Amino acid sequence: MILKKDCFWQLVGISTGLKILLIPANHSTDFEVHRNWLAITHSLPLNRWYFEDTSEWTLDYPPFFAYFEWLLSQVARFVDPRMLIVENLNYESKATLYFQRLSVTAMDLIYVLGVRSCLSALGVVKGSQQFFAGSLLLLLNVGLIFVDHIHFQYNGFMFGILLLSISALIRQRFLWSAFTFAVLLNFKHIFLYLAPPFGVYLLRFYCLEQANVKGGSFWRSLFKLLAVGLAPFVVSFGPFWNQLPQIMSRLFPFNRGLTHAYWAPNIWALYNTADKVAANVLKTASAGPSTTSGLVQQIDHSVLPTITPSMTFGLTIVFMLPILLKLFKSSKKQSPLMFLRAVVLCACSSFMFGWHVHEKAILMCLIPLSLLTLVNREDARYAYILGIAGYFSLFPLLFDIDLYVPRYSFYLSYMGFIAIPLYEHIISRLLGLHIRLPFMPLLLTSTYSALGVVYFFGRYYLYAMGVSWPKVAAPKATATYSSSAKRKRKTK
Amino acid sequence: MKSEILAIACVAVSLRSIVSLYSFSGFDSPPMYGDYEAQRHWQEVTINLEPGQWYTNSSDNDLQYWGLDYPPLTAHHSYLIGRIAESIDPRFIELHKSRGFQSRLHKSFMRLTVLTGDILIYLPAILGVCICIDKSFQSKSLLFSFMLFAAYPGQVLIDNGHFQYNNVSLGLAAAAIAAILHGKQYIAAFAFTLALNYKQMELYHSIPFFTYILGECLAANSLRLFAVKLGITATIVLATFCLLWYPWSGSLHAVAEVLHRLFPLGRTVFEDKVSNFWCSLNIIWKLKQHVLNNHMALVCLAFTLISALPTNITLYRKRCKMGFLLSLFNTAIAFFLFSFQVHEKTILLAALPSLCLLTWWPNEIILFLEMSVFTMLPLLQRDGLLVPSLECVLIYHLICQCFYSETRPSSGQKAFLYISKICLIVIVGASLIIKAPSRYPDLWPLITSVIGCAYLAFFLLWGNFQHLTCKGEAL
Repeated sequence: MILKKDCFWQLVGISTGLKILLIPANHSTDFEVHRNWLAITHSLPLNRWYFEDTSEWTLDYPPFFAYFEWLLSQVARFVDPRMLIVENLNYESKATLYFQRLSVTAMDLIYVLGVRSCLSALGVVKGSQQFFAGSLLLLLNVGLIFVDHIHFQYNGFMFGILLLSISALIRQRFLWSAFTFAVLLNFKHIFLYLAPPFGVYLLRFYCLEQANVKGGSFWRSLFKLLAVGLAPFVVSFGPFWNQLPQIMSRLFPFNRGLTHAYWAPNIWALYNTADKVAANVLKTASAGPSTTSGLVQQIDHSVLPTITPSMTFGLTIVFMLPILLKLFKSSKKQSPLMFLRAVVLCACSSFMFGWHVHEKAILMCLIPLSLLTLVNREDARYAYILGIAGYFSLFPLLFDIDLYVPRYSFYLSYMGFIAIPLYEHIISRLLGLHIRLPFMPLLLTSTYSALGVVYFFGRYYLYAMGVSWPKVAAPKATATYSSSAKRKRKTK
Repeated sequence: MKSEILAIACVAVSLRSIVSLYSFSGFDSPPMYGDYEAQRHWQEVTINLEPGQWYTNSSDNDLQYWGLDYPPLTAHHSYLIGRIAESIDPRFIELHKSRGFQSRLHKSFMRLTVLTGDILIYLPAILGVCICIDKSFQSKSLLFSFMLFAAYPGQVLIDNGHFQYNNVSLGLAAAAIAAILHGKQYIAAFAFTLALNYKQMELYHSIPFFTYILGECLAANSLRLFAVKLGITATIVLATFCLLWYPWSGSLHAVAEVLHRLFPLGRTVFEDKVSNFWCSLNIIWKLKQHVLNNHMALVCLAFTLISALPTNITLYRKRCKMGFLLSLFNTAIAFFLFSFQVHEKTILLAALPSLCLLTWWPNEIILFLEMSVFTMLPLLQRDGLLVPSLECVLIYHLICQCFYSETRPSSGQKAFLYISKICLIVIVGASLIIKAPSRYPDLWPLITSVIGCAYLAFFLLWGNFQHLTCKGEAL
C-alpha cells in the first residue's frame, strides 16, 4: 500500500470528523461568551449591542463579528430559542452545545478554502510530498484544534480569511488582498498587528511599482487602495457612527494588566519570573495581588520597574521596523518570501512585547510560519523550534482532567517528538510541590515556553534579516530533519 | 521510522481518549446499569471477598447482579484495579454500598484504566504483529497496517466507549500471533493461555493455535525432539493454568463452579439481536419451540466444529504463516456464526485476524471491518454512542482512502464493494430516519443482524476459498 499524495479532501474529511468527535470535550468560558453574544445580537437593537452588560462577557469584537453572531442567531432560533435570551446566563442545553460546536466546524470551510488557495498560490505542486505535508500541517493544525474545537473560539475561519488575503497578495491581486484583510480586521482587531507588513508590501509593490508602469500613477493607485481598504470599515462601523468612543473602549480595554491571568510565553513572562525570583531573594513583601493570582487586573512588580502600555507599544514598533525596512528594500522576486517572514516576525514581535497578550495569539505566528515550511527548508527548522514551544504553551487552556491524555497525545502526534518537561504532572506530584507552590506548574510552563519563543524570535529575526550567524547545526542535519518531519506529519 | 510509529501510536491514543469523553454502557440507568457497572462491581467483589468466594453465590456476592463470568485472569485484573481505586477513593468499591456508583472522577479513573490497557498491552502487541508481518512477508507496509490496526473503530468504540477490556485479551492474542509469525511457539503458547484465561471467548482462536503448534511439534524429525517440544509446550500451558487457577485448586467442586460461571448453558442460544446463523434462523423457525436448550448447545457445538474443520485441516496439512492467519479468520467467523451464547461484541475476535490480512486484500478486509462495526451499531446506539461510531467509521474510511494498493480490484469486485457499501449506508440512514412500527420494535436491529449474518457467511466462504487456493510458502 502506498500513500496517496493528493488526498486534500480526505484530510478535510478526517479533520471535520475529528472536530465533530470533540463536541463533548470540556470547553472554556468562551463558550458562554459566544452564547451571550448570540443572545445580545439577536434580542437587542443595534444601538444597544456595545452597551449591554448584563453578563460580564460583554461584546468586545468589532462589528463584523457581531453581524456574524447575528446571522448565526437567525439559525439558532430554530435550534433552541432559549439560548438567545440575554438573562439566561450560563445556559447550556445539548442543542446549544451541538449548535455552537457545529457552527465552528462549518465555518472552518473558509479556512479550508484559504489553505487550498495558499498552497496553489505558493506554487506547491498538487500530488507532491510538499502538498501533502502542507495540507496536513494546516488542516489538522493542533493549535487550532486546541483553541477552536476544545477551548472554543472561532479562529479557524478568520485565519481562513487571512490565508485568502495572503494568497491574493502572492498572486499579485493587490486590491482583493487589501479588501479581504480589511474585512478580517473588522472581524477581530488583533490582526492589526499584521497590518504593517501588508501596508508596506502594498505601498511598495503596488503603489510605487504601479507608478513605474506606463499609464500608472502613484496617487491613483493609492487612492484605489484606500477606497478598497476603507470600504469594509464604513460598512462595519457605519451603523455605530455615533457611539464610536464606546466601541473603542470595548475593543481596547487598557485597564487590563500587562500579562493575562495565565502568562503567555513572552518577554513579560520572563520579566515577571525574574521579578518573583528577585522578590524572593530580597524578601520584599509583595504589595497588592500576586501576578499569578488569576485575576485580570493591573499588577505592580515588587522589584523591577513597572511596565506601562506605551512602553510595550514602543518596544513592539521598534522590533517591527527592521524587518519592514528589509521587506521594503527586497527585490520583486524575493518579495513573497520576505513578506511571509515579515508577517511571522511582526506577529511574533507583538506577541513578545504586546500588552495583555493571550497565549492563543501565538497562532498568528505559527500558521503563516507553516506556509513558509513548504517553501524553504531552513524556515522549516525554525518552524519546528517555535512549534515545540508554541503548541506546548497552549496546554493550560485544556485544564480538565479528561483532557490531559488527549492534549499530550495530540501534541506528540503532531510534533512527532518527545521532549516534554514532564514537571507539571509527574515531578511536581512526586515532590508534593503542587500543594506548597500551586502556581509553580503554570509558571514553569510559561517560562519554559517563553524561553523557546524568545530563542526562536532572536534566531529567526537574524536569519530573516540575512545576518550571518555561526552555523550551529550542520546543514546535513537540517536536510534530514525537514524530510523526516514531513514524513512524520503524514502519519497524523 | 521510529518517530512515525510513535506518532501513529499517539494518534491511536488521541482517538481513544476522545471516544472516552462520551457516555458508556448503562450510564444513569438503574437498577442493572451496564458493562461499566459490571466491571466496577467485579472490583468491589474481588477486593472485599476471598478469592475462593469470587465465583460463589453468597449473601455478599449476589451472582444475579453482574456475577463474575470471565476466567480468573479477569478477576485478578479487577483486583489490581480495585486496589488502585481503593487508594483514590474507598467509596468506589465499598461492599454493597457502592452499587451503581458513578461520578465524574470515577469515570475518568475507569476510562484511564482502559487506556492503560491500550498503551501497555494492545498497542505494543499490534505493533509487534505488524512488524512480524512486515518481516515475514516483506510486505513493506508497516506504517499502513499499523495505522489501520490502531485506528480500527470497533475495538475503540467497545472498549473506550461501551466499556470493556477487550484490549487486554485481544492484545494478548495479538502477541501470540506475533510470536507464531516470528517462529516462537513457546511464547505463543504462553501468551495465548493468558488470553484464554482473560476471556473464554478466545476459544474462537484456539483451534488454529492448537493445530499450528501441534503441527510444529509433529514436524520434528526425531521422536525425542517431538517429545521435548510437546512436553515444553504442555508444561507452559498447564503451569500457567495452575498458577491462575490456584485459589480454586482446593477442590473439584470449586473448579466446576467457576466453569459453570464461564459457560452458562442455562442461558439462551443468543442474546439480543446478533448477526449469527441462529438469530437469523429464529425469524422463520422459532428455535425455542423446536429444540431443547441443552440439546441446542450440542447442535451449536457440532455446527461450529464442522464449519471450522475444513480450514483447520488445510492448515494442518499445509502449515504456512499465511494459512495460519486465514485459518484464524475463518475459525473465528465460524464460531461467531454457529456457537452458543454469542454477543455482538465477539465480532471483535474475527476483526483481529482480519486486520492481519489487510495488507493482501485491502478492499475486502476494509469492507469486512466496516461491516463489523455496522453489526454492532444497535448496541452502540443504545449506549448513546451513535455519533462517535459514525464519525469513527467515517474517519477510518477516509484514512483508508489516503492509501492505494498496486493491485487494482476487477470491475466485478468494484461493483460488489460499491453495492455493499451503499447497502450498509442506506440501512443505517433508514434506521435513523424511519421509526420501526410498534408491532415490530426490533425491526432495524433484526434487519442489521440478518444482513450482517449474510455478509459473515459470505466472508466465511471467501476465507475458506482463499485458504484452499493459498500458495503460501510451506515451512
